[in-house]
Amino acid sequence: MTIVVGYIPSEEGEAALATAIDEAQRRNARLVVVNSSKGDQLVDDRLIDAKQYHELEARLTQSGVDFWIERKSQGIDAADQILQVAEAQRAQLIVIGLRKRTAMGKFLMGSVAQRVLLQAGCPVLSLKASNDW
Amino acid sequence: MDTLNLLMDGFASALTPINLLFAFAGVVLGTAVGVLPGIGPAMAVALLLPVTFGMETSSALIMFAGIYYGGMYGGSTTSILLNTPGESATVITAIEGHKMAKAGRASQALATAAIGSFVAGTIGTALLVTVTPIVVKFAVSLGAPSYFAIMVLSLVTVTAVLGSSKIRGFASLGLGLAIGLIGMDPVSGQKRLTFGFAPLVDGIDIVVVAVAVFAIGEALWIAAHLRLTPTRTIPVGTPWMGKEDWKRSWKPWLRGTAFGFPFGALPAGGAEVPTFLSYVTEKKLSKHPEEFGHGAIEGVAGPEAANNASAAGTLTPMLALGLPTNATAAVMLAFLTMKGIQPGPFLFENEPDLVWALIASLFIGNTLLLLINLPLAPLWARLLKIPRPYLYAGILFFATLGAFSVNMQVADLWILLLIGLLGFALRRFGLPVLPLILGVIIGPMAEEQLRKTFQLSAGSVSGIWSEPLAVGIYILIAILLILPMLISFIRRSRGIQSDLVETVLGEEHEPAKHKAELTGEKEQRVGKDES
Repeated sequence: MTIVVGYIPSEEGEAALATAIDEAQRRNARLVVVNSSKGDQLVDDRLIDAKQYHELEARLTQSGVDFWIERKSQGIDAADQILQVAEAQRAQLIVIGLRKRTAMGKFLMGSVAQRVLLQAGCPVLSLKASNDW
Repeated sequence: MDTLNLLMDGFASALTPINLLFAFAGVVLGTAVGVLPGIGPAMAVALLLPVTFGMETSSALIMFAGIYYGGMYGGSTTSILLNTPGESATVITAIEGHKMAKAGRASQALATAAIGSFVAGTIGTALLVTVTPIVVKFAVSLGAPSYFAIMVLSLVTVTAVLGSSKIRGFASLGLGLAIGLIGMDPVSGQKRLTFGFAPLVDGIDIVVVAVAVFAIGEALWIAAHLRLTPTRTIPVGTPWMGKEDWKRSWKPWLRGTAFGFPFGALPAGGAEVPTFLSYVTEKKLSKHPEEFGHGAIEGVAGPEAANNASAAGTLTPMLALGLPTNATAAVMLAFLTMKGIQPGPFLFENEPDLVWALIASLFIGNTLLLLINLPLAPLWARLLKIPRPYLYAGILFFATLGAFSVNMQVADLWILLLIGLLGFALRRFGLPVLPLILGVIIGPMAEEQLRKTFQLSAGSVSGIWSEPLAVGIYILIAILLILPMLISFIRRSRGIQSDLVETVLGEEHEPAKHKAELTGEKEQRVGKDES
């Protein structure tokens, strides 16, 4: 049994990760953390660096779940990456963070969350940042 | 006080709402292109040329001046926060600036860079006002042989002294001169290097060359390297400076200005040498030499002031002699020529309104730049998050539009693509771009003066050294070329580095070494940055 979580270092990402860890502990499932960016920006805060990677690793080890971290900076965009991993791992659940986007912002930048929600082959649990509700 | 009156007239025309608006647009755009590495003011000005066809010449020139100064401010932001110099002139800023940012003093680094740029830019522009009319008076009396010598001097210094590799520099210059030769011989009407291809008879427009080398070449280069792991900026608040920072900054600002302006004003040009000299000086004079290498504020203040002062200085030969010494000035001169204005010593006489409005707008632009850069620096850093496919799609669009609009002929687009590929090759093999651009623009000008010289001397070679100033300049060129070789020969035969050699050689070899050391893999990128 596998849970896939899309993670970026932001409040939404943290909320998704915290819930995904809880869920993995409850279901006794394997947790696959996907951190991905297309790599088309010169400066990209969404991708975790080495330090954040180790912190994430330590945190997951401490939680006691069986885990795997997928970090990709080159090639396909985050939504495709999450969907691909979910399919390859036969995930039972995808966990993602949501944030408010204006209609214009969605039009310009696209919405990773929307694509994951619509195209996933399994249930998707989506969360807003904890202080948003 | 004739000059002062003219300057006041200039202010009157620069302060009209419409011109203020263009100055503001210029500084905003200039800062933006300065922040983005690989995209510089020269590219921005070249891409905007078609937009300015319908505009007043003075408004367009005011906007270009804003872009030119803005690029210098923006480049320092990237240097400090990202350690990737946005411009070749801010390479030195990155040394101490990024260290300061890493030590949590990014706000102070940005503040001293912005305020230092303002101080140096203002003093530099004031010096421009005083020096340029004198140079003009002097320039009017110069004959063709002296002009030719000055042009050779500027080509040689840009090629041999500023770059890290002389061979690469001269290769690039040779390419530029060859492109400049294409077209009809101005005296005999003979077709040169046209290969029977009709559109080449008129020569290749400098705008097409500039757009191709900067925009197309850079876009291809980025396309080939898009899949690099993203970096991060250092988060920062609003720039500010404490009392101690002010105390440590003001002297480096003034010293940096003193280094920067003369280097810019000489037809040799270039901001790299004065920024480096300023850095070395501050390191020697500092009361906190131990801080150098770990983020000393003097190491940011001095070079930043030097690069802005040299930016102001560069406008002296451009306005007084019609001689550009960097890429942005070259494109601005091309713009003037397109508008039917003859650059050269008579520019001040024929177009006083234009020139003084431009100079006045430099003062205004400088103040605007301080106002938009000091409080908004963190916002500018966010420009680095623009997805590059969008950015470069836009650039390519404007590049194509610009190249086509110059002569409205499809052949220009093919030439654009071909020279764009050449621009990519330059970056790939580490050839500097600046000698090529200057070769294209100064080459035909130098040829004209050379032909005149020969006409005056009835074809005798001795005409080249028929004026005393020309002889002096040739001696200077010889010294510039031979001295470094001589020093390295002495150094090799002695086998040790004496202190004296080190000081004399400093400006020759150290920048290259330093750049390579400090920017590591980014060295290649720096090489092709515009100045």
